[in-house]
Amino acid sequence: MVGNSGFIERNLKYLFPLPALAFVILLMIFPVCYTLLVGFTDWNLTSGRPMRFVGLQSYRLVVRDPRFIAAIGRTCAFTLGVVIGEAVLGTIIALILNREFRGKGLLKFFLLLPLVVTPVAIGIVFNLFYDPTIGFLNFVLHAFGLPQSGWVTESATVLPSLMLVDIWQWTPMIALIVLAGLSGLSSEPFESAMVDGANGVQTFFHVTLPMIMPTVLTAIVLRAVDALKTYDIIYAMTKGGPGYSSETLNILAYKLSFEYFNLGRSSSVLVFLFLIVLLFSIGVMQLRKRFEV
Amino acid sequence: MKRCLVVLLMVCFSFAAFATGGSDKSGASGGSARSSQEIRVLLANHPYGELLKTAIPDFERETGIKVTVESLQEGQLTQKLTTEFATNSSTVDVFMTRPLQETLLFNKNSWYAPLDSYDFSDYPSNTVDIGRKDGKPYIVPLVTEWQVLYYRKDLFQQAGLQVPANFTELENAAQVLNANGVAGFGARGAGAAAVTQLSSYVYNYGGKYLDKNVAVFDKPEAIEAVRYYGRLLGNYGPQGVTSMSWEALMPVFQAGRLAMWTDASVFYGQIVDPAKTQILAENVGIAKLPAGPNGDSPFIVVSWAMAISGKSRNLETAAKFLAWATGKELALKGMASNITMARNSAWQDPTVRATMNPGLIETQAHAAKNGYPYDRPFMSSVGQARDLIGEVIIESINSKGSSPRLPALAAEKAAAVNDLLKADGEYGN
Repeated sequence: MVGNSGFIERNLKYLFPLPALAFVILLMIFPVCYTLLVGFTDWNLTSGRPMRFVGLQSYRLVVRDPRFIAAIGRTCAFTLGVVIGEAVLGTIIALILNREFRGKGLLKFFLLLPLVVTPVAIGIVFNLFYDPTIGFLNFVLHAFGLPQSGWVTESATVLPSLMLVDIWQWTPMIALIVLAGLSGLSSEPFESAMVDGANGVQTFFHVTLPMIMPTVLTAIVLRAVDALKTYDIIYAMTKGGPGYSSETLNILAYKLSFEYFNLGRSSSVLVFLFLIVLLFSIGVMQLRKRFEV
Repeated sequence: MKRCLVVLLMVCFSFAAFATGGSDKSGASGGSARSSQEIRVLLANHPYGELLKTAIPDFERETGIKVTVESLQEGQLTQKLTTEFATNSSTVDVFMTRPLQETLLFNKNSWYAPLDSYDFSDYPSNTVDIGRKDGKPYIVPLVTEWQVLYYRKDLFQQAGLQVPANFTELENAAQVLNANGVAGFGARGAGAAAVTQLSSYVYNYGGKYLDKNVAVFDKPEAIEAVRYYGRLLGNYGPQGVTSMSWEALMPVFQAGRLAMWTDASVFYGQIVDPAKTQILAENVGIAKLPAGPNGDSPFIVVSWAMAISGKSRNLETAAKFLAWATGKELALKGMASNITMARNSAWQDPTVRATMNPGLIETQAHAAKNGYPYDRPFMSSVGQARDLIGEVIIESINSKGSSPRLPALAAEKAAAVNDLLKADGEYGN
């Protein structure tokens, strides 16, 4: 017992991080490596054959598939749309909340609500709003004499409609991050700008924005990584339809796995998605360094 | 070196701790530590699954067998089953299964246990044959469904129309009734989901999806059916129909915004349920699908069945549960709730016949005599095949059936389906 105790004492510095290390290896590194490995196989449950190592064949087939190329386009368009929308709106809301006014606490409370709602529940509710025949939004458009929309039921409008839902849910998160950044700013540069006669717009673009840019970029990276992987809202609302009109990379990978049972091909798609997220994150973090003092 | 060894040793210990935690958890709900008098059952969110859930406490009391039930939406059920089976981590003993969607895949991978001792004498033989492999049965049919026409009696009466008996009359009625914010005709338009409902139209035009395991939905008769379906939905369907499956169409019908709807018979109970619909039950009619130019053969399929997992370690207990869950007594209860059961005797029962909607009985009799036992291409890669055929359907709906691209598109997709059949070793079998 004494020997064991001595062993533990001597190796405490290794022992304490071990649960975290095991967690990272078991739940993060292993799945990524396993996905990478399966991507090099032709594992397809519909064939009934055991998986075989086929090198880069699955990757080649994926790259040649027009659905994959289209899914990359949609994933990027969706991410770009929601991140721009959320960054702009979130920053505006943060600037408003940075001032003192009555009811600010209540407004902050309401702002937090979308963040705590389950995405699938949001999807179901928005589907009811969006329903072209019995939905609330077309009812409102009709009441104002405006042309009605197919919303998520038409190829042309499905992606913007899904973006609106994502923007509704996640803008508050950007607002809160930017607000935290704003509250930490020193007042001196603003006083100098005022003494130099800068107006509100000039102060915002030449003082406030450059100073909060690292914070905004951090928020953008967090949201963009999440948006690139968006699955729940899209699956709950459209399952990638109509046709393939809202099929992003994650939805395509899901279909390949659980509707086509082609696990090799699905893993290849996920590896590509992993690379896209990785490259994007590295790119934005490099950009962030430029704004750091 | 010593440090590396220490770290390696400790990582192994940590993994062991995780693994132990995992097995404790599975031991609680299943796994090898589970008693042979305890089984895990996966059910679908289907009226029969709901009925079973309410009856399971009685089964537990009578037999002393503890049943752990999980209830999932059909897509999630397939996902959970395939994930557990493919990763060899399954503790499922009995589950509901969709024969036409899953049987070939599950049988290929030996995920069903054979049911040699089950008494199938009360079932139509073709419903059991779907689940056979090398002559052995693997599934017990639970629920059958067939395609019907739901229609608004009041709107037909106001317009002075008769219930359509053929496709010409159906199109005429759709045109007349498509007014005042009410869509004249509805059916599934969402690509893959529409494949099952288009099938009867294809049969009534004299076509098929597969013939001797070769894709033939690019033949002229099938193309004509696709054009007709697209013309009806494109001209008289609700807005956004290309993304509508039954989940989206039902509320439109229940809200009184749809005059006719062709879909599976299983929905009748819900559309006349006063708690769910704004239309009076007496204004909802049910009729057989109108005849086409070359046939009168709606699909009649086993939509749900029950099976024992090929990986179950409690085969005897699972078999007891299966016999009870698919028994005649529950089948009669199901029929009393407008669930159209697969057992022959359930349809012969005089009490059932006296209480069931006569429209359901009539349409079932017609479909049982003239119907076709498939509503989709019966192949292992059915999910992908449905998406491919779905592209042709959407093209037809978007062009109101007039697209000149349809024959070429159908030929391209038929070739792709044949490639899938070849890859799975099923082509031409």
